[in-house]
Amino acid sequence: MSETDSAGNGPMVEARGVVRTFRRGRTAVPVLRGLDLRIADGEFLSLMGPSGSGKSTLLNLVAGLDRPNEGEVVVGGAPIHRLSERRLAAWRARNIGFVFQFSNLLAGLTAEKNVALPLLLTSFSGAERKRRVAIALEIVGLSDRARHRPRELSGGEQQRVGIARALVNDPALLVCDEPTGDLDRKTSGEILDLLAALNREQGKTILMVTHDPEAAARGSRTLHMLDGQLSATAEAEAVVA
Amino acid sequence: MTSLTLIGAALRRRKTRTFLTFSSVVFAFLLFGLLSMIQSAFSMGVEIANEDRLVVRHRVSLFQMLPQSYEADMERVPGVVDAVHMTWFGGVYQDPANFFMQSPVEPAEFLDMYPEFQLSDEAKERWISTRDGAIVGRATAERFGWEVGDRIPIQPTIWTLAGRPETDAWEFEIVGIYSVSVEGGDETQMLFRYDYFDEARSFGRGQVGWFAVRVADPEQAAAVAAAIDETFRNSAAETKSEPEGAFAAGFANQVGNIGLIVTGILGAVFFTILLVAGNTMAQSVRERVGEIGLMKAIGFTGARVQRLILLESVTLVTTAGFLGMLLAVVAGRGMSAALSAYLPGLALRPEDMLLGLGLAVLTGLVVGIFPARRAMRLRTAFALRRL
Repeated sequence: MSETDSAGNGPMVEARGVVRTFRRGRTAVPVLRGLDLRIADGEFLSLMGPSGSGKSTLLNLVAGLDRPNEGEVVVGGAPIHRLSERRLAAWRARNIGFVFQFSNLLAGLTAEKNVALPLLLTSFSGAERKRRVAIALEIVGLSDRARHRPRELSGGEQQRVGIARALVNDPALLVCDEPTGDLDRKTSGEILDLLAALNREQGKTILMVTHDPEAAARGSRTLHMLDGQLSATAEAEAVVA
Repeated sequence: MTSLTLIGAALRRRKTRTFLTFSSVVFAFLLFGLLSMIQSAFSMGVEIANEDRLVVRHRVSLFQMLPQSYEADMERVPGVVDAVHMTWFGGVYQDPANFFMQSPVEPAEFLDMYPEFQLSDEAKERWISTRDGAIVGRATAERFGWEVGDRIPIQPTIWTLAGRPETDAWEFEIVGIYSVSVEGGDETQMLFRYDYFDEARSFGRGQVGWFAVRVADPEQAAAVAAAIDETFRNSAAETKSEPEGAFAAGFANQVGNIGLIVTGILGAVFFTILLVAGNTMAQSVRERVGEIGLMKAIGFTGARVQRLILLESVTLVTTAGFLGMLLAVVAGRGMSAALSAYLPGLALRPEDMLLGLGLAVLTGLVVGIFPARRAMRLRTAFALRRL
């Protein structure tokens, strides 16, 4: 099934005929069965579906963390299904920002050092790294908490640091896996506001997996997954809603 | 922010566990340093042995005596330049704990044979002209606070005085204090005149302990040694001649095979360290599967993650190893002062320090390689599920 963008822009993500099957012992477990997906540049796409429907598998494929058994995945014009492990790692470092359910900050590092982690893979000067970290923390509103360690921050603040870390390399695509799954409603709202602002004001393309319909509604489009297929009915219902 | 920042953060993650592992490695290398010092002290005689000197002793054992007349016979063997004799005196100063080596020698001949023994001309003259004169090494003089001119009583344990009660002490006048020009040389001995000793001892006149023989050509040392032994074959006191280094090694081995003992102890210690530090690194990586997944997701390659884990392991073990060796140097200074009479030359040699550091790096690599390879191979998508 092919998806068209609602924003009318060129595609940031284009997946065609993607098949992903895992093996459990001698049994082949098909998770994605010939899936097509198109996400426009600058789009904020929410992906919903029950556990085991293949959301995370699709997210991993789009983010270059996994490879399809069949089909193509092109992100920002790069056919990432063909890249070697080494090139794929370098591509992720430049093009993808990850936001996870748990902020998973390194406990021994301050907020600013956690944010600076992806910059270790770049050739930026020390001054440029500091500048980028300062901007990323400014965007998420945590400039005054830069020297704090994760245990000194609230859950919402930790997630903001995680978002700053995702932004510090200025990636075109943000991949968010249940970014509000571990937060209370008020803090969730603040994080979703922040993601929406990044999409709206900085033109970041966002792919967000969520179980929460209210969170999904903050995106510009919502897709539903069921048994490894994107559900048109569910999508239409989501769009109408 | 550098890779070292990441390594520091990883090591601080479980401070107690890191401290305990670090401490065990420190103690292992402290032990390595101390045992290396003892081993090198025992082998010092071998290392500073002169290639053109042989030692000739009784074929049965070092404790059997040889006739002093052998000296002239040896000097007639082709290839022999000079021969001097020495004898184990085995006395103590005031207390049995105050042990150090003493030997009667012929002063001028002895100093010709051992030019590394540095003595002033004035002291040499006094020694030759003073019948009960003795010279002592700088270490022993400092140990007992002796000065030139002091009269020293030495209680015999073997060589009692003729016509005197067994408890009577020998008396010597200190006529000079020698030093040794070779690093690690023995500066603990006391040497006195053989003629005084031979005339005053209650038994064994004309008998000596062993000979030092200088050969004209070190290349021919083995042949000369064989010729000396041949000279005394079938006599009442057959000889065994060997290079000075082999003699020193044999002397040290009378205590036991020091090298084997030290290697055995260190082998057991380092095997334990491999298990302790290896377990620490394996646990640490297991606990960080999620963090490693995150790092790989944001672009760290498997090879880079492997390098980081290896560097972490090497940093932990090498830092602890270095500290352990430094502690060994400090402890060695104290031991050296306390044991100078028994083990002169007790110090950590630079080559042992380097060996220890090399061993630390190697241990770090061995300890880290399996967890590092596991981290490298970890599938990113799988690891992220552990977050």
